[in-house]
Amino acid sequence: MGWQELAAIIVVFAPLVGAIIGGFVNLFTPLNDEFTSLENVAHDAHSHAHIPANRARLDKIAMSATTALVVTAAMCATLLFMNQFIASGEGVPETYSITLARWLDVGAFQANWAIRMDTMSFVMMFVVTSVSSLVHIYSWGYMSHDMGRARFFAYLSLFTFMMLMLVTADNFLQLFFGWEGVGLASYLLIGFWYHKSSANDASIKAFVTNRVGDVGFALGIMTVFLVFGTVEIAPVFDAIKDNVELTPFAFGEIAHVQEMSLSILGVTAPALEIIGVLLFVGAMGKSAQLLLHVWLPDAMEGPTPVSALIHAATMVTAGVVLVAICSPIYEYTTYASAMITFIGALTAIFAATVALTQNDIKRVIAYSTCSQLGYMFFAAGVGAYDAAMFHLFTHAFFKAMLFLTAGAVIHGLADEQDMRKMGGLRFKMPIAWLMMLIGTLAITGVGIPGTKIGFAGFFSKDAILEEAFLSGGMYAHFAFWMGILAALLTSFYSWRLMLMTFHGKTRANEHDFDHAHDAPKVMGVPLYLLAGGAVLAGVVFYGAFIGKLTEVNKNFWGDSIYKASHYEEHHDDSEVYKTDVTHSTEHVVAADADNHDTISHDVGSSNDYAGDHGDGHHGVHPPDWVLWAPFFAWMSGLILALIFYGWVPHIPRAMGERSGPVHAILSNKWFFDEIYNFVFVKGTKAIGDFFWKIIDMKLIDGLGPNGLTKLTKASAGGLSRLHTGYLYHYAFIILIAAVVFGAVAISGQSGGN
Amino acid sequence: MASFPILSMITFLPLVGALIILLTRAAVGEQSRETIRLAALVVTLATFVLSLWAMSEFNPSAPGYQLVEDVAWFGQISYKLGVDGLSMLLILLTTFLMPLCVLASWKNIEVRFAEYMIAFLVLETLMLGVFCALDLVLFYIFFEGGLIPMFIIIGIWGGANRLYAAFKFFLYTLLGSLALLAALVYIYVDVGTTDIPTLQQHVFSSDVQTWLWLAFFASFAVKLPMFPVHTWLPDAHVQAPTAGSVILAGVLLKMGGYGMLRFSLPMFPEASLLFQPLVFTLSVIAVIYASLVAYRQTDMKKLIAYSSVAHMGLVTLGIFAFNEEGVQGAIFQMFSHGLISGALFLCVGVVYDRMHTREIAKYGGLVHRMPIYAAFFMFFTMANVGLPGTSGFIGEIMSMVGGFKANPWAAAGAALGMIFSAVYMLTLFRATVFGTIQNPKVADPEIAKDVTLVEGVTLLLLAIGTLVLGIFPSLIFDISEASAVEVLSLMQK
Repeated sequence: MGWQELAAIIVVFAPLVGAIIGGFVNLFTPLNDEFTSLENVAHDAHSHAHIPANRARLDKIAMSATTALVVTAAMCATLLFMNQFIASGEGVPETYSITLARWLDVGAFQANWAIRMDTMSFVMMFVVTSVSSLVHIYSWGYMSHDMGRARFFAYLSLFTFMMLMLVTADNFLQLFFGWEGVGLASYLLIGFWYHKSSANDASIKAFVTNRVGDVGFALGIMTVFLVFGTVEIAPVFDAIKDNVELTPFAFGEIAHVQEMSLSILGVTAPALEIIGVLLFVGAMGKSAQLLLHVWLPDAMEGPTPVSALIHAATMVTAGVVLVAICSPIYEYTTYASAMITFIGALTAIFAATVALTQNDIKRVIAYSTCSQLGYMFFAAGVGAYDAAMFHLFTHAFFKAMLFLTAGAVIHGLADEQDMRKMGGLRFKMPIAWLMMLIGTLAITGVGIPGTKIGFAGFFSKDAILEEAFLSGGMYAHFAFWMGILAALLTSFYSWRLMLMTFHGKTRANEHDFDHAHDAPKVMGVPLYLLAGGAVLAGVVFYGAFIGKLTEVNKNFWGDSIYKASHYEEHHDDSEVYKTDVTHSTEHVVAADADNHDTISHDVGSSNDYAGDHGDGHHGVHPPDWVLWAPFFAWMSGLILALIFYGWVPHIPRAMGERSGPVHAILSNKWFFDEIYNFVFVKGTKAIGDFFWKIIDMKLIDGLGPNGLTKLTKASAGGLSRLHTGYLYHYAFIILIAAVVFGAVAISGQSGGN
Repeated sequence: MASFPILSMITFLPLVGALIILLTRAAVGEQSRETIRLAALVVTLATFVLSLWAMSEFNPSAPGYQLVEDVAWFGQISYKLGVDGLSMLLILLTTFLMPLCVLASWKNIEVRFAEYMIAFLVLETLMLGVFCALDLVLFYIFFEGGLIPMFIIIGIWGGANRLYAAFKFFLYTLLGSLALLAALVYIYVDVGTTDIPTLQQHVFSSDVQTWLWLAFFASFAVKLPMFPVHTWLPDAHVQAPTAGSVILAGVLLKMGGYGMLRFSLPMFPEASLLFQPLVFTLSVIAVIYASLVAYRQTDMKKLIAYSSVAHMGLVTLGIFAFNEEGVQGAIFQMFSHGLISGALFLCVGVVYDRMHTREIAKYGGLVHRMPIYAAFFMFFTMANVGLPGTSGFIGEIMSMVGGFKANPWAAAGAALGMIFSAVYMLTLFRATVFGTIQNPKVADPEIAKDVTLVEGVTLLLLAIGTLVLGIFPSLIFDISEASAVEVLSLMQK
C-alpha cells in the first residue's frame, strides 16, 4: 500500500471514527433538562442555555475528537489533491480503486466497498474535508451555548463520512449508499433543534423530497444493471467508450451500447438516454433543481454551519458530481443532456427571481445556492463538465463563506435573521462586513474580462457562460441567456443583502444593535481561510480545472471526466449545431483580429487535448461581447441595487405595492409550496384515508369477517343490513375487476427470465 | 454426526421446555414467576445454540436438503425433516428472536405467566417444525398447528379488543388452510406421496398446476399477508402482547414467503409463470396501498403492521421475479424484516409498558426523557425506511432489482414505497419522539424512564444484526444462494 492509499483510507474513515466517538459521548452525557418540563418547551435551545460543567467537559471531548479527526482527514486530502495537481503536469493521472471489502454479491449483481482514486474523487475529498473542518472549527464558536453540541459534532462528522463515501464510490451502489447517507445526515441536522416544529417539518420535507429523486436514481441503477450486467462504474464506462456489443437482460436486443434501444416503463428509447434521465432525476432531488427544489430553502431551519457545509458547499453539489462522473453516459445522450441544460438554466433564473424578494438572510443565500447549482447543471448539460466542477469548487468556498458570515451576523445580533431588522451593521461588525463583501464580489463574478484579475466566481461563472455560448444548440442558447440574466439578478440580490444588512440606518431594536458584535476568533479564522479561497481559488486552479491557461495541467482530470471525440455522429440535431458553430466562428475571426493576446483567446491555441467537446468549438473563442456580457450583468445589478437600497430607498416598497401579482408570485416563491401541499400532501392523506376507511374497513372487512357475522345476524336484522351488503358486493366486484385489469395490463410488460 | 437427530432436537426442545414449565407451575404455583421466565430463557437460548450448531454442520454451498431425518410414519407419510439454506436461515431467525421475546415479556405479563410461556414455547416448536418438515402432511400439521398458540396468545394476553382480533385472525387463516388441505388431499391421492423432495421433482399437468397453485396461494397469501386478505394483521398486532407481535411479524409472516419458495415455484412452475402478473399487481398494490394506509394511522402498532404488509409486497415481488437477484432479495428481505419489524414492535412495547397507550397523539418529546431509546428508535426507523447500510436496504434493492429484470413497471411501482415509507416512518418518529412534551406522563421522569438494561440489550442485539447484515449481507446471501439457485432450477425441470 502506497502513501496515497493510506491517505485516502484515513480521509474517508477518520470522520466516521469521529462520528462514533461523538455519538457515544452524547448518549452518555447527562440528560438535557432544559426542555423536559412542560413549562420550558417554548424556550429557545440555542443561545441562552447554561451548560452544566460535567456536560461541558464531555462535550469538549466529543468536539475535540471530531474536529481533530476531520482536520487530519483534510490534511491527507490536501496532500492527495495537491499531488494530483502537480503530477498532472507530468502525465495523465491513472484511475484505480482500492477494494476494502465485498459488499453485495448476488448473481451478477456485485458491489464492493471501495475507494475510487482519481482526480474527481481527490477534488471532492479536498472540498469536502476542507470545508468540513472549517465548519467544525467555526461551530466551536457558533454552537458554544448549545445543549446538544456533542450530538451536533457527531452529525457533522457523520455527514462528512457519508459524503466521502459518495464521492469515492467505484460502483453505483456505494454511491447510492453515500447519497442516502448524506440525506440522513441532512435530515438529522436540519431537524437538529428537534423541539421546534418548523425544524421537524423541514427535515422531513428534505428527506422525502430527496427520496422522490432517489427513486429515479434507484431505477437508473437498475437500468444500468439491466443493460451492462454490472453496477461497477469502470466497466460500465469502458463499455460505453468502446461502444461494445451488449445484450441486455431483457426488453432490448443485442446492440452496440451507444445505439442500444430499450423498451421499459412505457418508452422505447436509447438505453443511455433512459439511464441518463433517471440518474438526473436523482441529481435533481439532491441538488434542489426546479420541481424538487422546495426542500432547500426550508433546510435553513438547521443551524447555520450546517447550511454552509451541507446546503451550500457539499451535499447539494452531489448531483453535479454525479453528472460529471457519468460524463461517459451524458456524452452520448441528446435528450438527457438537453434536459439537464434546460432544467439547470430554468433553476438558475427561477431561484434568482425568488431570491430578489426574500427577507430572511439565510433564505436569500439558499435561493442563491439553488441558482448557482443551476449554472453548474447547464454547464454539465452542454458538456462542460470541467467548468461545472470548477464552479462547484469555487462556489464551495465563497458560498460556505457567505453562509458562515451570515451566521456570524445572526450570532452577533441576538439570533436575528430578518434583514428588515438589520441595517447599519458595518461598523458594529467590520470583519463580517469585509467577509460578506468578499463573498459578494466572488459570487457576483467580479473581474475584468480578458485579464487574470477577478474573484473566484468570475473565472468559473464566465467559463460556464462561454461554454454554453460556444456549445450552440437551442437549449445551450437558452441557458446562456438565462445565465446572463441570472447573473444580473445574482448581483442585484447579493448587493441588496449587503446593503440591507450592513448599510443605511439600522432597523434593529436598540438593545440588539448596541450589543451587536463581531464573531469571536474561532469563528473568524475559518472565514479568513474561506475568504482566501474565494479570492484565489479561481485564479490558481483555473488552468488545472479548465485546462485552458497552460499546457502544464491539461491532463488534470485524467479520465475522470470524459469527452467524446466522435460526438457529432450521435447528435440528432447536428445540423443545428453546424450553423451555430459557423456563426460563432465568424465572431471569433473578427474578435481575433483586434484582441489577440487576452487570455480568453489563448483558450483554443493551447487547448489541444483530444477530449474537447467535439461539437465544433475546439479551438474556437467566444466573441468579445460574450466575455463582457457577464461584466455588464453584474455591473447593472450592482447599480440597480444601489439605487433601490442605497440612494432611493423608497423604491422597493413602491414597486412591491404597484407590481401586484409579480411581487406576490416572487415573494411566495412561485407558490410551489402551496401547490405541492395541496396536490401531494393533502392528496396522499385523502387517498390514504380512502384506502383505510373505505376499502379496508368497509369493503374488505365488511365483506370478510364482519360480513360473515352480519350475514348470520341479517335474518333477524331486517332488510337494511342486507342492502348495504349488496352495495359492498358491487364494490367488491369492481375491486376484483380492477385487479384483474391491472394484471392484464402489467402482463404486457412481463418477460425476461 | 449425520445420524444424530439434530433437527428434531431443535424442533422439540422448546416443547420439552414447555413441559418442564408446566411441571414447575404445578409444583410451585404462581409464585414461580422468576423460575419460569429463567427456564424459558434457558430453553430458548439452548435452542438457539443448537441451531447454531446445526448451522456449523450445514454446508451452505451444497444444494439439496441436509441433516435429513427420515422415519416411516403411517401410510406413505413419513416423519421427515431436513433443511436447505432457506430453511436454515428462517430457523436461525426464529431461534434468535425467541429469547428476545422471553426478555420482552420479562415484566409486563401479569396474568397466567406460566401458560403464556408455555404457549410461546409450543409455538416455537411448531414454527421450527414448519421450516424443518420435508413431508407435506407434517408441514401441514406444523403450519396449521401454529395457528392455535397464536390464537390463544392474542385471545388471552391481548388488549381490550382481543377477541375480535383473534377471531379475525382465525377466520382468515382457517379459510386459507382449508384450501391447502384440499390441495394436500388431492396431491396424496394423485401422486401417492407427500414427500416434498419427490413432489418438487414431480411434473403436474398444467390444469392441475393452476388449481393447486391457487389453493396453496390462498393459504400463503393470507399468512404473508397480501392485499386484499391483509386486514387481520393490523388488528392482530394491535391486540397481541409485544412478544406476540414480534413473533407474528418476525416469523409467522415469513411462512407465506417460505411456502411460496418451497412449494408454489418448484412444484407448480407453469402456474407460477401464469400468475406472475397477478402476484406482481397484488405486490405493487400492497406496497402503495399499505404505505398510504400506514401514513394515516393513529395507533403506533397499526402503523407498523401496515408497514409490514408493504414490506411483504417486496418479498412477493422478488420471489415471482424468477431470477436469482429477486429470490435472494426476497429471502434477505424476509430475514431483515424479521429483525427490523421485531425491533419496531419492541420499541412500541417499551413506551407502551410505561405510558399504557399506543396512540401516537399521546406522545411527543420522548427524546427529552429517553435519549437512548430515541437513538434506537431512530435507527430502526431508518432501517425500516430502507436506508443503505442497514439490512432493510439490501432486501429492498435486491427484490426490486430482481423485479425490474422481470417487469420494470412492477419494480417502479414498488420503488414508490421508498418515498412512502419515509413519509409514514418519519411522521411517526416526529410525532412520538421529537417535538415538545405534551403529555404529563411523558414529562414525569418516574414514568418516562429510559430503556432498562434488559430492553437495551434486546434492542442492541437487533440493531447489531440489522447493521452487520446491511454492511456484510453476504453473511446471508452465502447461505441462501444454493437454495435460491435450486428453486430456480426446479422451475426449469
